[in-house]
Amino acid sequence: MTDSVVTGYDRGADVFGIRNHIVVMSSVSCANSIVEQIGRQYPDVVMITHQHGCTQMGDDREQVRRTLSGICHHPNVAGVLVVGLGCETISAYDVAGARQTEGRLVKTLVLQEVGDRGRILNTGRDIVAELRAFASTLKRVAFDAGHLTVGLECGGSDPFSGITANPAVGLVSDRLVELGATVMLAETPEMIGAEPALKDRIPDEAVRRRLFARIDEYIEAARRAGGDLRGANPTPGNIRAGLSTIEEKSLGCIIKGGHSDIVEFVEYAHRPTRRGLVVVDTPGNDAESVTGMVAGGAHLVLFTTGVGTPLGSPVAPVVKISTNTRTYEHMRDFIDIDAGTIITGRPMAAVAQEIFDVVVRTCHGTSTAAEANGCREFAINRIGTTF
Amino acid sequence: MPAGDLAHYAIVLDAKDNVATALADVPPGRYVLREAGRSREISISEPITAGFKLALTDLAQGEQITKYGYAIGVATAPIEQGQCVHVHNMTGTARTGRGTV
Repeated sequence: MTDSVVTGYDRGADVFGIRNHIVVMSSVSCANSIVEQIGRQYPDVVMITHQHGCTQMGDDREQVRRTLSGICHHPNVAGVLVVGLGCETISAYDVAGARQTEGRLVKTLVLQEVGDRGRILNTGRDIVAELRAFASTLKRVAFDAGHLTVGLECGGSDPFSGITANPAVGLVSDRLVELGATVMLAETPEMIGAEPALKDRIPDEAVRRRLFARIDEYIEAARRAGGDLRGANPTPGNIRAGLSTIEEKSLGCIIKGGHSDIVEFVEYAHRPTRRGLVVVDTPGNDAESVTGMVAGGAHLVLFTTGVGTPLGSPVAPVVKISTNTRTYEHMRDFIDIDAGTIITGRPMAAVAQEIFDVVVRTCHGTSTAAEANGCREFAINRIGTTF
Repeated sequence: MPAGDLAHYAIVLDAKDNVATALADVPPGRYVLREAGRSREISISEPITAGFKLALTDLAQGEQITKYGYAIGVATAPIEQGQCVHVHNMTGTARTGRGTV
């Protein structure tokens, strides 16, 4: 794991993107069809639509705005057109903000201001042309992998997740942290039972208290919903496959973060301020969790899977790592790396090296399986009521 | 029959662990466990299915089961070296472990 120089696009202020995306996105669901009608004319344009953006209040409104804004200002984005309606809670201007950098062009289009559909589509077309022209002027430059932010996710786990793919990813996390990168461990509800291991790795007591309080909130939320997260895990299927307790399952989940100290705990879709291993508060839901880390600045995501999933992200490459060879072969074109080879004797360090090499290649521009398949899942974690 | 190499069948995730997890089905027999600086023989008395855990030492009732270097529960019955360690002879403690959890 020696090659730590990668290439990307300079966005200023020591931020580099590993992709040069043009994005057309809605600030509110009322603009979704227009986003699609503007964006679908261009195969290289990433369209992002969602169900939110209006009749929301307080922290819930802020979380959705922060997520959309985080995608809008993502390092991998060169140019973005935010389309709003005009009367919504989260306007195109709220998403775009005042932030402009040399390496990114941010534009807005408000349907009620322009009025006529033909004029809207013409304006949209002109803006996209401007964004594409701008993006084409940007060239890849070399930068150190220590500038990367890498998200970690497991989805469709199986009993091998905690003994093959996750510990291998843990070795990669340790290496990335050594290089100065930011690594995001997430999926807060899946940390229940792993508190002693987390406690040992969180030197800052305030960080520890906030994380443990959040874990307790999930347990309480499940109780209010009539469930018991502690009783629900491990699942009957997990137990039939050899997992005995929630501690075992959760330790197998957090091993993705490796052995570094956890230096920060940030809310959903927040950008970490520290480098090193951080915890991002996301739910276990794959699409919402990946979206939360990407909106928080993850350049790419390492995603381990037992049973296989196509899931990707609109602006960040997702690297899929299978925990077993059967899934790798069964869903070959959805999976990038087979960590199931550990079962048949390949050293874990060799698999970790392969993952690291794929991270480097992905940074240089090689498409991941999710990118090649056009998989761009986008789902925002809502924490409030729609009124 | 010479003792097999346990590393071909099972993984020990941390030096502090008292269980190994089977990567493949492990037939009963004698195995060598190579640890940092020493080797010891483990006698496995029952077939262990891939994904399941086996005890690396004799464990008394109430003794902590350690995997990933941390407690994953306690033995609810005496467990002999080489026996399967699962819900029939161990239980989690997370419900009472950290105050509210």
